[in-house]
Amino acid sequence: MSRVAVVRFPGSNCETETLQAIERAGGAGVLLDYRETSLGGAEAVVLPGGFSYGDYLRSGAIARFAPVMQAIQAHAAAGGAVVGICNGFQMLCEAHLLPGALLRNAQQRFVSRPVDVRIERRTTVCTTAYVDGEIIRIPVAHGEGRYTADPAVLQELEVEGRVMMRYVRVPGSDADHNPNGSAADIAGICNAAGTVIGFMPHPERLADATLGSDAGHRIFSSLMQHLALGAAA
Amino acid sequence: MTTVIAAEAFPGEPAVTDALVREHKLTDAEYRAIQQLLGRDPTLTELGIFSALWSEHCSYKHTKPVLRRFPVDGPQVAQGPGENAGVLRLPDGWAVAFKIESHNHPSAVEPYQGAATGVGGILRDVFTMGARPVAVLNSLRLGPLDDARNRYLFAGIVKGVGDYGNCVGVPTLGGEVCFSPSYSGNPLVNAMAVGLLRESDLITARAEGVGNILLAVGAKTGRDGIHGASFASEDLTAESEKRRPQVQVGDPFTEKLLLEASLELITGNYIVAIQDMGAAGLTSSSAEMAARGGVGVELDTSLVPTREAGMTPYEIMLSESQERMLVVAEPHRVAEIQAVCRRWELDATAIGRVTDDGLFRIVHAGRTVAAIPGQELVDGCPMYTPDAVEAPAAVARRREAPTMAAPDPVTALKRLLDAPTIASKRWVFEQFDTTVRAASTILPGGDAGVLQIPGTTFGIAMTVDCNARFVLLDPYEGGKAAVAEAARNIACTGARPLGITDCLNFGNPDHPEIFFQFSEACRGISDACRAFDTPVTGGNVSLYNQNPRGAIDPTPTIGMVGLLPDITTAVPSHFSVEGDAILLLGGTTGHLGGSAYWAEVLDATVGAPPPVDLAAERQLQEVLIAGAAQRLLRSAHDLSDGGLAVALAECCIGGPWATGTWAADVDLGRHADAVSNEGWLFGEEGARALVSCAPEHVAALQRLGHDRGIPVHFLGLVGERDGHLRVRRAMTTWQWSTAELRRIYLTAIPRRMSPGEG
Repeated sequence: MSRVAVVRFPGSNCETETLQAIERAGGAGVLLDYRETSLGGAEAVVLPGGFSYGDYLRSGAIARFAPVMQAIQAHAAAGGAVVGICNGFQMLCEAHLLPGALLRNAQQRFVSRPVDVRIERRTTVCTTAYVDGEIIRIPVAHGEGRYTADPAVLQELEVEGRVMMRYVRVPGSDADHNPNGSAADIAGICNAAGTVIGFMPHPERLADATLGSDAGHRIFSSLMQHLALGAAA
Repeated sequence: MTTVIAAEAFPGEPAVTDALVREHKLTDAEYRAIQQLLGRDPTLTELGIFSALWSEHCSYKHTKPVLRRFPVDGPQVAQGPGENAGVLRLPDGWAVAFKIESHNHPSAVEPYQGAATGVGGILRDVFTMGARPVAVLNSLRLGPLDDARNRYLFAGIVKGVGDYGNCVGVPTLGGEVCFSPSYSGNPLVNAMAVGLLRESDLITARAEGVGNILLAVGAKTGRDGIHGASFASEDLTAESEKRRPQVQVGDPFTEKLLLEASLELITGNYIVAIQDMGAAGLTSSSAEMAARGGVGVELDTSLVPTREAGMTPYEIMLSESQERMLVVAEPHRVAEIQAVCRRWELDATAIGRVTDDGLFRIVHAGRTVAAIPGQELVDGCPMYTPDAVEAPAAVARRREAPTMAAPDPVTALKRLLDAPTIASKRWVFEQFDTTVRAASTILPGGDAGVLQIPGTTFGIAMTVDCNARFVLLDPYEGGKAAVAEAARNIACTGARPLGITDCLNFGNPDHPEIFFQFSEACRGISDACRAFDTPVTGGNVSLYNQNPRGAIDPTPTIGMVGLLPDITTAVPSHFSVEGDAILLLGGTTGHLGGSAYWAEVLDATVGAPPPVDLAAERQLQEVLIAGAAQRLLRSAHDLSDGGLAVALAECCIGGPWATGTWAADVDLGRHADAVSNEGWLFGEEGARALVSCAPEHVAALQRLGHDRGIPVHFLGLVGERDGHLRVRRAMTTWQWSTAELRRIYLTAIPRRMSPGEG
């Protein structure tokens, strides 16, 4: 069983359900303290949602200096899978593992609701189990989720196919399809190899059919499949 | 007379004068009682301590005799009133801890921090029982949104509630927001927290074991919030603005760390007792824990970690700085406790010890600045039995009827859906994290919130409710109606009501007409709780909710939890399948007195509200619970504000994030022939619910109703997406575009809060 580390920072609050989603997908989830300096043999790292350090200063801005981040940088540089969800995405941008930044929502208010997102790229460590262009409905819950980057970076992301998840309008919905004013409706991006991924929605919160939908489950089953293939290779 | 125990003034402190006594909101009689108790004049520190513990907020001196009449027992009760939170038993050794509390006065002067710290305090009340908070709910009441000050308060309160709970990582699973002119300048912020625990981990706040150590855990003590408890025990006036520095400042990040550390200390059996330093801070937490345990305590305020130098014992004892806990532990566990706290980056400092002399003794670097008999300090406040007389104007109002000409029903329903009290609260709860912890099964926007208990098959349902208009017009029936509505909401999800917590928001009890409202509403709550087997497990009284313009509408908010034995049977509120049958459960009498229709459409808050038939309510709950358990129901929605017409519209409009609406064709037929059209559409008699089901289940539901004496009327069918709601009666048909109704319902609040949005 592949080991996946879920890093807990002071103020993380989604680590339990993230571990559950990993285990539901057949992985072995390991809670990793932010003071650790190694990944303890984990094959992938998930930075979960929450309010690390209370989001004081700026979301993810203090967490990037945590001792564990050096090990994560090294893991990413070696081609290892690193996934940032919500606050984790903010940390990956702050740590420059992904380009751009996440600003305060355009409407200046926290937003908690389901969003419809299209899987724009299947060739990442987290999306192979989806169909190309598949639209799923999963929750967002954030105050700082407005993705922004230089025009050149935005263009590069589009050209290289690194926008892995995008907010889309579905027929009949009367809510703004883009919940925070993100540039180009971007909900999530990845590095060129598709191994370092960050997105704002919370698939771990809708990964169990008893909650009415398991639309987020395949994010985790894709990751497990990726790790299993890596182990086989 | 007992021996006089000496205490000396802290250097620089004035002697206690009559003026100082009055400033501390103690009456002459109360001051004489203090002198008698001590056998001497109090020091300033002692005066401050008495003023906090003998405030209405801490002593319940006007309300205790009334509260004692609440039913509090039942086989499901693991912990009744008197602790930080009530606890009810669930299956398999699980238990649910829950409590509601007000933060009205602070929110009136500083809405963001006032509301935020209200959430923080109620979360601490729940996790100090050993329970992990799994949901919060809130009841918010404001003046009308056409006033800029009310909009400012509303936006600040919603943001404060949201930011705190969101950061700690507890989902908001329900709530209510109501608007009425009586809350202008007197907003109500009632926050409820719900936590889960193994019953074996239940811990109470009793200081025990002479020689045990008292530790302050968490944030340092600052000068914020001094006298918050006495502030909450007076009317709001133009002077209240000066109280702004007394509003505490919340730090949800520290709260999250404190939550994790506290649960580790409790479940790891490191500690004897724990209590939040809430209202009246270190004073109430230490005095109450000592009194419960029948022991004395000695605190050395010079050991308390402070945020600023030079704080006096008076300030340290009365500070309401947030995110602080008082822990009692055996001496040999102190080092381990400090290690646990250090891991969560928190301070844990020994500041005192449990003693055998029954005294509440405060020393500061060797000098005794307070020495008070502990039990009398907590229990000795003189009690009051105010006069209770209904105001003649209230009696007259019950006999009145609207004078305005009624618009046609098509227009009337649109106006009701546009009334912010009835309209969708999406603008509010989209600012609250509702899905963190991944257990939310039924989210806000329906009847009650439901969450599953991970690792089990069952779930819990929860709601907060109060129709304050009913209570204003008839406090006794209104009190019953508040509990009945909460129970209907719980039963609509399929869950069985288990128990309540209450937040009793009223005006100044020295006014006989206010105390009449209070005692009658409590009598109504008691009767309903007895009828439903839902004991009162605790709560909070908030009086003096009044400003120079008058008192608030009496608002006894009921927080209720229920048990859903099989989470997969949870029933949502809205229609979901074309061709489903629509049934009305319960009898219709067309009662318009006190209705939202009269208040919102005809601008008349008058009439006698519907009398509550508790037996019928109970039978309706049983039908709903059985219908859900047998998987007969596709949806169930209680009839309340706006009656049948609003309930039908809401079922057609669908959930807050639905992708489209549902049509419905309804024929009221020949039922209740004598009832007027307005009575049928907008009457608010209780014990009714609107349900939908697959056509093959209609007969089974009719049998369930028949067995319980609940009429079940077939009204019609759910139609196609985005069509019309049509209601026929004899030769008349009323018709609405469901898409238009949805637009009205969803945009009513955002349109008022930010023109151009929504």
